[in-house]
Amino acid sequence: MEIKTIDILSASETQLQEMSKKYLLSLNLEEMLVVQKYFKDLGKNPTDVEIETIAQTWSEHCKHKTLTSSIDFNYTKIGGKPQKKLYKNLLKDTIFKITKELNKKWCISVFQDNAGVIEFDDKDAVAFKVETHNHPSAIEPYGGAGTGIGGVIRDILGVGLGAKPIMNTDIFCFGPDNYPQEKVPKGVLHPKRVFKGVVSGVRDYGNRMGIPTSNGTILFDEGYIHNPLVYCGTVGMLPKDKAFKKVLPGDIILAVGGKTGRDGIHGATFSSLSLDENVSSTVVQIGNPIVEKKVLDTMLIARDKNLYNAVTDCGAGGFSSAIGELAIFSNGAKVHLEKAPLKYKGLQPWEIWISEAQERMVFAVPKNNLEEILKIFTDEDVEATVLGEFTNTGKLEVFYDSKIVCSLDMKFLHDGIPKRHKSAVWNEKKSAVKKIKSKNLTNRLKEILSSLNVCSKEWVIRQYDHEVQAQTVIKPLVGVKNDGPSDAAVLKPLPDSDKGIVVSNGVNLYGKKDAYSMAVSAIDEALRNLVAVGGNLKKTALLDNFCWGALDTPEQLGEIVMTCEACYDMGKVFETPFISGKDSLNNKYKLGSKTVSIPPTLLISAISVIDDIKKCITMDLKKSGNPVYIVGLTKDEVLPRVDFENAKKQMTALQEAIEQKTVDSCHDCSDGGIAVSCSEMCFSGGLGMEINLKNVPAENIKSDEAILFSESNSRFIVEVRKEKEKDFNRILQGANFAKIGQVVKNKKFIVNGLRKKSVIDSDISELKNSWQKTLGNYD
Amino acid sequence: MNKTKVIVLRTAGTNCDIETANGFKLAGADPEIVHINKFLRNEKSFSDYKILAVPGGFSYGDDISAGKVFANKLKYKLKNEIMEFTKNGKLIIGICNGFQILVKSGFFPFIENKQSVTLTNNDSGKFECRWVYLKTMKGIANKIWTKGLPDVIQLPIAHGEGKFVCEKDTLKKIKQNSQIVFKYVDEKGKSSGFPYNPNGSVEDIVGITNPEGNIFGLMPHPERFVVKQQYPLWTKDKNVEPFGLMILKNAVDYAKSNL
Repeated sequence: MEIKTIDILSASETQLQEMSKKYLLSLNLEEMLVVQKYFKDLGKNPTDVEIETIAQTWSEHCKHKTLTSSIDFNYTKIGGKPQKKLYKNLLKDTIFKITKELNKKWCISVFQDNAGVIEFDDKDAVAFKVETHNHPSAIEPYGGAGTGIGGVIRDILGVGLGAKPIMNTDIFCFGPDNYPQEKVPKGVLHPKRVFKGVVSGVRDYGNRMGIPTSNGTILFDEGYIHNPLVYCGTVGMLPKDKAFKKVLPGDIILAVGGKTGRDGIHGATFSSLSLDENVSSTVVQIGNPIVEKKVLDTMLIARDKNLYNAVTDCGAGGFSSAIGELAIFSNGAKVHLEKAPLKYKGLQPWEIWISEAQERMVFAVPKNNLEEILKIFTDEDVEATVLGEFTNTGKLEVFYDSKIVCSLDMKFLHDGIPKRHKSAVWNEKKSAVKKIKSKNLTNRLKEILSSLNVCSKEWVIRQYDHEVQAQTVIKPLVGVKNDGPSDAAVLKPLPDSDKGIVVSNGVNLYGKKDAYSMAVSAIDEALRNLVAVGGNLKKTALLDNFCWGALDTPEQLGEIVMTCEACYDMGKVFETPFISGKDSLNNKYKLGSKTVSIPPTLLISAISVIDDIKKCITMDLKKSGNPVYIVGLTKDEVLPRVDFENAKKQMTALQEAIEQKTVDSCHDCSDGGIAVSCSEMCFSGGLGMEINLKNVPAENIKSDEAILFSESNSRFIVEVRKEKEKDFNRILQGANFAKIGQVVKNKKFIVNGLRKKSVIDSDISELKNSWQKTLGNYD
Repeated sequence: MNKTKVIVLRTAGTNCDIETANGFKLAGADPEIVHINKFLRNEKSFSDYKILAVPGGFSYGDDISAGKVFANKLKYKLKNEIMEFTKNGKLIIGICNGFQILVKSGFFPFIENKQSVTLTNNDSGKFECRWVYLKTMKGIANKIWTKGLPDVIQLPIAHGEGKFVCEKDTLKKIKQNSQIVFKYVDEKGKSSGFPYNPNGSVEDIVGITNPEGNIFGLMPHPERFVVKQQYPLWTKDKNVEPFGLMILKNAVDYAKSNL
């Protein structure tokens, strides 16, 4: 073994910056200077282990430096005067703030652990976390996506005293799968290869873990060619009284699960850099789901016997972060790295310490319980190794063969990072109304149905086991042939209770033009999807996942600020707290002297706890003769906003109408608007529909085309149970809604226009064919 | 209380153990999920139970081939105990990975040293998760597992290696003995090819028993259809019976009155 000392004491500012680059530390000059000062005060140079520990702990990945920085914000709304706002800490002043203001009693643990935790019933709680694994998936799609899933599952295993994963959700953004190969730059994988690799990776890891993948979405856009996005989410259940951890001085540090290897070195700091053609794939971890499954099986036995005080996962930064974070509870730790089981010989101490090798968890175990917990692990062939103990010395001390290789002040390590200060600018732009003119609206509808972002994703969904654990009661594919697009997934997690969990998501491409529009629309969509199947807005929590490209200019930062503001605004209107989030910045690619960035992309995941899954509904038409209604106002807009008050009124009323069993099927209007939504309801249910555009409540619209394809937010198509039509009308009173047609027996979708009859007239089988053919036979 | 004791046998990579146990509980039994190591270390004995369920999952990662490592453990380490168990007419059900394990264990569908049946890669070349229609065949299983089931039932499948394949002679023997339990069909009960037959199984074979009928292996998951709301069309079609529960209940009832 070899311990290097880094000569930081004598380094000039330029040398400090070079040092950060050379060792992949991803620290800026200001941070390097603080590190230099710390060691100057100590009068010694840092070891490689020490400098790596600081870099991991201070990485953007672990510390969210940008989103927590203080920001001077200058903004101008259309027709308004320039205004100023100062954020002391952007996240605290927006997203955390609304959660705090709402102060929901059913929120158990928010923004403090590996996942957000809300109440399920008197005894149980639900944990939810969504992560991204973008950089690794760009380089090695199969391994990157698999370990992305593996990682977020470990977040759930590592929340509180450990939750049992019950569902996965996966959202991907790729370049168009038919993008010409010759235009793909050197070093970049073709979008199709990324797509297939990612899907296989998620399939093989998720299926092997026995966790149903029951929700997800895929966005295709040229903006994601160089940097695909892979969001992986996991929902877990845990007893309410096991939602918090503690660590006492003297507790044993027990590493459990996989061995440590050289895979995934510098993952945390690498994710803070731009990709280019020279990135090596050793930064990507190698996954083994069965090892993780064994850890899951055994740790839940140990949890239920109360054998440990704390657990966390080894994610970004490996042991250094996992042990470092748990050590905050006791205020110190002593670690003996030579004890860590290795995949092969030859790792340097700093590599063992920061390797992100997969399937590893760290436990804090009271000495008296050690024997019993070790037996549980060894009984099922799970490797468990004592690495040291937690202390209260205020120091993180790391040894290798009794030689000290790292001794850092806990306070400096966790609080020493200098706060960033930035300025941001936003000038609201008027959105130009897009005028499309199509002669044949039936053909236009078919084109939209077969476009990549609307078409059936059955090819992907079928490869995921969405039924394992036997809890999925509203499935990702619904309808008479089990192939229609469900709005959200519903789980019934306890065999002896009808309580349920609804999970949905919202994500869109509006970030290319207007971040605020993107964010309110993503939240609106997630909530729409949730309400459409019978979710409960009164007990709904949100997760935010920011994926951004370059953040070098005040304008780019301004987009993030407006996204945070949108989260605050929507949270306030719908009274939906945020419980967890994550940001992945630097999704950019260096092409020679040029840097390409992804479009700003916010994923919103929503989770709701409902009292009776038997009241849930699906989106496929049920019965001819039933009246069809629209809820919400249709506007001529390209970058849709949310009319807060009306949106809330509409969704709350619709929720009530579904609860009162007046609705037979319901589908939200999103990509492709009313036309796509109605078509999907028809061919999923195997029934026809006739609607009249004259009856659609609309604002400033004079063309059939605009009404049919407008993507205004907060709208639903609702098939009302005929016998309950009066009740439905009573419940919706005061909201924007209208009857627009009825379900018909003949298998046709007919739209009567503002001036002409049947502007669309198509067999539903033709519409279905258009929708299914794009990715239908993908292999 | 004298409920039928069921072992749900699990190991590294098993992942349908909990719902299988829940299914048996709903069927009126007293299931216990036990790790195979407990049998290997003689901490548990098969003789205390009447039904053995080998649930789905990816045992030992399906390394080598699906179910192979688990099957070898049964074959080389627990053979005598299993033989004793089945000789007494006790019931074994292998579901999905459990079915794959059984056919590689040397005692199913026939007690012989070679493997005569296998479940190989789906014709589609990939993992498939979907609900399928099954035709209940007339045969030895009617006495136990499929008693009272309608002509066509529905259950979900979720597997990458579920294509039933065997040699001509074996198939002949299986047919002569009426060992075929279900066949993949369309909603009308007719053989219809992919996706109705989701994996390309020879003669649409879904599951079989041994000649005596007390060992049953199948690819679909009865434990995933034990309450109405697991059925994909429950929001439309309110009168469906949970067919999976009927199968498990048949086993429990049989064990209660015969074992």
